[in-house]
Amino acid sequence: MPFLEQASSVSQSVDSVFLFIFAVSVAFLLAITFAIVYFVIRYSRSRNPEPVDIEGNFWLELVWTVVPLGLFLVMFTFGWTNYRQLKDPPRDSMVVEVTGKQWAWSFKYPSGRQTSELYVALGRPVRLELKSSDVIHGFFIPAFRLKLDVVPGATGSLWFTPLLLGSFDIQCSVICGVNHSYMLSKVHVMPEADFKTWYFSRDDAMRHKDPVPAASPSASPGPRPTVAPDEPPALAMLKRHDCLECHSVDGKTGVGPTFKGLFGSVQEFVVGEATTKTLVDETVLIQGITDPGVRLMKGYPPVMPKRELSRQELVAIVTYLESLGTVPKR
Amino acid sequence: MSQHEPAGADARSYLDRQGAGGLWSWIGSVDHKRIGVLYLTLMVTMFWVAVTIGILMRIEQWTAGPTIMQPATYNGLFTVHGVIMIFMFVVPGLPAVFGNFFLPILIGAGDVSFPRVNLASWWFFVTGALLAVLSLFTGSGAPDTGWTFYAPYSLRTGTNVSLAVFAAFVLGMSSILTGINFITTVHRLRAPGMTWHRMPLFVWALYATGWIQVIATPIIGITLLLVIAERFFGIGVFDPAKGGDPLLYQHLFWIYSHPAVYVMIVPAMGAITEIIPTFARRTIFGYKAIAYSSLAIAAFGSIVWAHHMFTSGMGEAANLVFSLFTFIVAVPSAIKVFNWTATLYRGSIELAPPMLYALTFIFLFSLGGLTGVMQGALALNVHLHDTYFIVGHFHYVMFGGTGFAFFAALLYWFPKMFGRMYCRATAVVAWVPLFVGFNLFYFSMLVLGLMGMPRRYFDHLPQFHTGHSVATVGAFVLVLGLAIFFGNLVKALFRGERAPADPWGGRTLEWTLSSPPPVENFAAIPTITGGPYAYNPGRKA
Repeated sequence: MPFLEQASSVSQSVDSVFLFIFAVSVAFLLAITFAIVYFVIRYSRSRNPEPVDIEGNFWLELVWTVVPLGLFLVMFTFGWTNYRQLKDPPRDSMVVEVTGKQWAWSFKYPSGRQTSELYVALGRPVRLELKSSDVIHGFFIPAFRLKLDVVPGATGSLWFTPLLLGSFDIQCSVICGVNHSYMLSKVHVMPEADFKTWYFSRDDAMRHKDPVPAASPSASPGPRPTVAPDEPPALAMLKRHDCLECHSVDGKTGVGPTFKGLFGSVQEFVVGEATTKTLVDETVLIQGITDPGVRLMKGYPPVMPKRELSRQELVAIVTYLESLGTVPKR
Repeated sequence: MSQHEPAGADARSYLDRQGAGGLWSWIGSVDHKRIGVLYLTLMVTMFWVAVTIGILMRIEQWTAGPTIMQPATYNGLFTVHGVIMIFMFVVPGLPAVFGNFFLPILIGAGDVSFPRVNLASWWFFVTGALLAVLSLFTGSGAPDTGWTFYAPYSLRTGTNVSLAVFAAFVLGMSSILTGINFITTVHRLRAPGMTWHRMPLFVWALYATGWIQVIATPIIGITLLLVIAERFFGIGVFDPAKGGDPLLYQHLFWIYSHPAVYVMIVPAMGAITEIIPTFARRTIFGYKAIAYSSLAIAAFGSIVWAHHMFTSGMGEAANLVFSLFTFIVAVPSAIKVFNWTATLYRGSIELAPPMLYALTFIFLFSLGGLTGVMQGALALNVHLHDTYFIVGHFHYVMFGGTGFAFFAALLYWFPKMFGRMYCRATAVVAWVPLFVGFNLFYFSMLVLGLMGMPRRYFDHLPQFHTGHSVATVGAFVLVLGLAIFFGNLVKALFRGERAPADPWGGRTLEWTLSSPPPVENFAAIPTITGGPYAYNPGRKA
């Protein structure tokens, strides 16, 4: 592929199918274009005032039916055989559970470790088990030529062996809501030894930190917030549930209203067709999180996904929101 | 081919004032020609609405991050752009405008079989269009699901999906009624001597299209109603949280929407097949191959729908079968391309504006078809699916194919429809920015897709920036071409020279009528004695 590394075991077999069909296509397109241009010039009205009716030619038509059919069948076979290879993971693959939710990816390793970016060892086969907790997402790593829709209620499976060191983009490929284009992550391919150090490390600081610190500044252009080490537990919860993708705690307007000063304020809500003014208290906040369809804050798009949080989490978050300063008006 | 004398200039044209005149003599008219013009007016309007939305999206992609809008707006725009372009321009495009206007004339009939149903289908179309526009500005915002309305997102989003989906349902009704009308007309109203193999190939194409419309459209109708029922009553057919199956939605959606792709392209191929013999001054090469390949496309096109779902995890057996059928359905399209090219051989070619646009169609459609073949290959589909490659591909087919065929047909039949001739030089001048801008725009999309740029993205990563910039420049050049093209035609409507009955030297029946055609088409129904493209009777190779 142009401008794209062959970073996994899959890349090569996809690219070879591409090159074959591309070559045939270019030849076909050039031949047709050349024939049209040549005929238009050679048989122009001034050069050839006397046209000839030719109603058809059985053998010629048979040839241009059978030859494309044959070529197409070769393309089909090539595409199928190379596709089959992508579906048979080696037995010694490391299994990583991938969960997509609006609008972030999370990765869970056999050890129970959970990350928001994927870490793998060079040359070691990896099998991904893909699940969605809300709508359909698409797991797509262009440099690996890997893609699979992540359908709620089903588990998909992909495998690859990373062949190049470095960090590569993961993107969501199926429209999943307002922040679809920010549902990004990275896969980091590390030397086997480095991977083992990271994976088996018992050091707590190491466990919670990404081993490749901020791979590149362009890694996440989306509104992914950074959190200080001494953050309150409720803030960590907000971060974990991706609330801060859309809401801020410092008064900035995002996709959704800021949390700063929200608690205890009176806001306009759209309920069905009507608009009402309501005091934002604990009940309103909790319902806003667990069943956001009921009332929509005026001026914001109806895109808030349902979040299933435990009672303790809800209480902790509401208490935290109460502690955030005073009201910015919108 | 006909015993019929050109209708005298004194016969009243369909454009002349009728009865009390006024708006009602148009929107209440059951004349197939007036209905064709009604469709043309509304569709070109909706086309420009969608072009404007497209340009807003291109401006948004000029920089990374928000340029002129927020993500929620952008997601609404690409959804509405798709809904308008597909349901209100490309699907009804050639059948509703040129089919309505020319199908009865081409087979020597006075009108379609059910003129009042024909008017009703236009009113369904207007209603659907109004509902779709209404869905943008009412409720809680434009639908943001993409034109495919995939469940379960389409069931959960708070945006105005129900109304937009209902609009598509109403537009489907319009499409079904038109299909029934055309099939019946072809069966029942052919003039004496107009045997099946003497029908112009545009009629064959409309006939094949009619069957697809009648058979496939009800499926999308039911599916869209299920989406509405699920949104209002939570019946749980598609929502996995209620035991439903989201892949079932995708199957039902594509069982219609893939054949719909052929509703979009087959009439376009039919129009091209009329234009090329006229300007090559010779008969079409392989009449029967072209006629039956239309039917073959309609038949095979009905069993390839799940090639839109190769990465959905629907299963390997399904992937195998649908990939195989996808390659087979490419064959009849290839046959048509070869036949058109062979029709140029030993012709006497005039590169008039309609011919220029028709030959451009062959190039752009071939490029679109070949990029489609790439996606039929399973291994490659995994990488290309849901990227800009697919967006580039279907714009080559739908815009480069159907769009350019629409332009070619408009240039070809405009003098007949309105009795005026546009400026030919300006039509050629418009071609330059159209062709250059088109390729700059959509070829960039193909490259972006190969690089891994996903579709329906508000924002893009830095490596895609150059490609997006080139595409945006191309889009502006393309719109410049569109403005010149339509400006030329609008000017011709009011100030164009009077067009003769047969400006191009065509041989099909419409050229035997005066321009614009008389109200009743034929003073007496003609008797047909030969094939449609008899340019050089008695002189054969």
